[in-house]
Amino acid sequence: MAAASFTAAKFLAPVAARSGGERAPPLPAGASSSSFARTLRRGGAHHPRLRTAFAVSSDLLAGNKAAQAAATHPAVTREEALELYEDMVLGRVFEDMCAQMYYRGKMFGFVHLYNGQEAVSTGFIKLLNQADCVVSTYRDHVHALSKGVPARSVMAELFGKATGCCRGQGGSMHMFSAPHNLLGGFAFIGEGIPVATGAAFAAKYRHEVLKESSPDGLDVTMAFFGDGTCNNGQFFECLNMAQLWKLPIVFVVENNLWAIGMSHLRATSDPEIWKKGPSFGMPGVHVDGMDVLKVREVAKEAIERARRGEGPTLVECETYRFRGHSLADPDELRKPDEKTHYAARDPITALKKYIIEQNLATESELKSIEKKIDDVVEEAVEFADASPHPPRSQLLENVFADPKGFGIGPDGTYRCEDPKFTQGTAQV
Amino acid sequence: MAAAASSALHAVGAVASAKPRSAAPAVARRRSVRVAAAAKGGPGSSGRGRLVTRSAVAAKADEAAAAAGSKSGGHELLMFEALREALIEEMNLDPTVCVMGEDVGHYGGSYKVTKGLAEMFGDLRVLDTPIAENSFTGMGVGAAMKGLRPVVEGMNMGFLLLAYNQISNNCGMLHYTSGGQFKIPIVIRGPGGVGRQLGAEHSQRLESYFQSIPGLQMVACSTPYNAKGLMKAAIRSENPVVLFEHVLLYNLKEKIPDEEYICCLEEAEMVRPGEHVTILTYSRMRYHVMQAAKTLVNKGYDPEVIDIRSLKPFDLHTIGNSIKKTHRVLIVEECMRTGGIGASLRSAIIDNFWDYLDAPIMCLSSQDVPTPYAATLEDATVVQPAQIVAAVEQICQ
Repeated sequence: MAAASFTAAKFLAPVAARSGGERAPPLPAGASSSSFARTLRRGGAHHPRLRTAFAVSSDLLAGNKAAQAAATHPAVTREEALELYEDMVLGRVFEDMCAQMYYRGKMFGFVHLYNGQEAVSTGFIKLLNQADCVVSTYRDHVHALSKGVPARSVMAELFGKATGCCRGQGGSMHMFSAPHNLLGGFAFIGEGIPVATGAAFAAKYRHEVLKESSPDGLDVTMAFFGDGTCNNGQFFECLNMAQLWKLPIVFVVENNLWAIGMSHLRATSDPEIWKKGPSFGMPGVHVDGMDVLKVREVAKEAIERARRGEGPTLVECETYRFRGHSLADPDELRKPDEKTHYAARDPITALKKYIIEQNLATESELKSIEKKIDDVVEEAVEFADASPHPPRSQLLENVFADPKGFGIGPDGTYRCEDPKFTQGTAQV
Repeated sequence: MAAAASSALHAVGAVASAKPRSAAPAVARRRSVRVAAAAKGGPGSSGRGRLVTRSAVAAKADEAAAAAGSKSGGHELLMFEALREALIEEMNLDPTVCVMGEDVGHYGGSYKVTKGLAEMFGDLRVLDTPIAENSFTGMGVGAAMKGLRPVVEGMNMGFLLLAYNQISNNCGMLHYTSGGQFKIPIVIRGPGGVGRQLGAEHSQRLESYFQSIPGLQMVACSTPYNAKGLMKAAIRSENPVVLFEHVLLYNLKEKIPDEEYICCLEEAEMVRPGEHVTILTYSRMRYHVMQAAKTLVNKGYDPEVIDIRSLKPFDLHTIGNSIKKTHRVLIVEECMRTGGIGASLRSAIIDNFWDYLDAPIMCLSSQDVPTPYAATLEDATVVQPAQIVAAVEQICQ
């Protein structure tokens, strides 16, 4: 049902009526009936050189009457809606289980939960193919799940078991999966963005130099990161390079307003992150990140642009984390009414309401999905519990892809040829 | 120049006309066996076993000897041309090899290592990047994870300080933290070292800063022969390799073989066999050592000079064999004294060869000083041949 081109008319609404979009700017006059692409070519209303910064907001879930009349049929099919619902519930239940397991002493270290932000992960990642790549930050469990990494692999990794997706060597902040093209899991903010840019570069290279083309277009890379990262040099450097070479990448900002205890407004001179896209020549889009259908609409267009070789898009998702920065964060700085405001916009509750009101499924069908997910997550915990810890012999196995890198020992043979070597008992 | 891509490669025992050492045949034999095992897909084999490594045992600093073992006459070139030749050969052989860096494309590289490559291979394969070291190095990592083999140039190695985040966390560690799922076959290269009055920031030696990063291999080239061989080996390696070149060595001239060859990344190079003292060095200091060696020979000493080439890991076999013969070690490096390569090497020698030492290990390093601009002060910062001579005389007392 998605329109062939990105139409503002479908989504336009006065600022006041937009659910929670107080900070999104009004659109320039004249842009309302133009398509996304046409607006870009015409140049911005504010500045002759600047491409129009495009703010988008879908009101399908807000119950805005005008928009609802325009949308005479649901924005998603029943199958799509149930897929989205299941994925978001999986993310929520999994993260809640992580909290439980952490407090029971099954996982350790820094664990950053995604509760509340599910619409962003589900809205973007469920549109991707297996060949498309996702790069995340330390708040990566749900990105991994949405990309298809089995819950048991993620849970086992969190428990530090050998059956984890990274053999227990990565942990919460370093989720990787080659079969699912999940390229990490990074602890330092911003350091994943160049990696994502490189994956997008490789996609373009495969197409142009290696002449490997897919009928779908270029493989796309999603880079997820937060509001704090948008003040970091690597963010800006990569916006520049991605646009310069028109790389097939979408930069997704999960703006949950807080970087640990630093409010976005206290850290950022111009807090409207989406506006920074046009400074580099790419579209900047703001979307209500608590609404999975709005996110999905924006994601579709951004992904299609990238596939067609038109280059990157910067998407700012207004979202919120219901828990603290990590399980160690006392979360004392955020005000109760801010938390209540966003709790009322829980993306899962909103989608559930939409599905029922649009008669896409019944309450009991949704309940059975929830039950199924409960079972999946329970099973993941059992699997992780029963899995073995990594043996000592695993210690040095993956330091080098080619273990000749450990060098030649005094006896003239490569150290890796000593069978005891990977245990670390032999001298490195 | 002939790419020599299709020439048959022969397994070489002792290459060229190496001055015979009693240990040489056994060493060479063992090396061939190991290499053959790798070719068959033995432990650690990367599957690229079609090319066989030449033994690192080369004749002294006599360039003609290196080419004498080759079928045709060999050809003479400068170090930067040798690096370039290696790049061209590898890029012709494997379309996933690409170059990224500042001014590598249209400008041809600030030291001409990539001259003409953009015309040959296109702007995407020889990518002119904006000035954003951390990000384009990280981009190289991401591209490597997705199947490419990037060669990332730091215009000066010192600039890679800005890329430290990516080099440490991602190049070095990512293979491990992903549980071995992604490999990073990236080469990071560029000129470093103390030049001629380039000032402190352009005169840095990053090998000591990077050496602790787990998962990285580091090599330093010092002749056109080993520059080409190491560049090719680094590109073919599945590991991330940092290749240290030196600003003052790019115009060194040498005759190198016409046939294709690579150098082993993990091996040291015997420069001058001897009996009295083992001198371990690398990069530009090799030439200061050889200059000192002339004086030492006149004074009646017989130093054994080894260019360690592999800064990480150390070739403890070549080094160990030498120590077992001479019982005296002098390390001559351009790193600063504190935390340098020499410090690690000294430590490794003490751990492995303590019983063979007849004298404390001496280490000559650069002063712990930001390299001054003034010529007299700069000369005093690095190790000079006279100091090397004095050190050998002291050790051999």
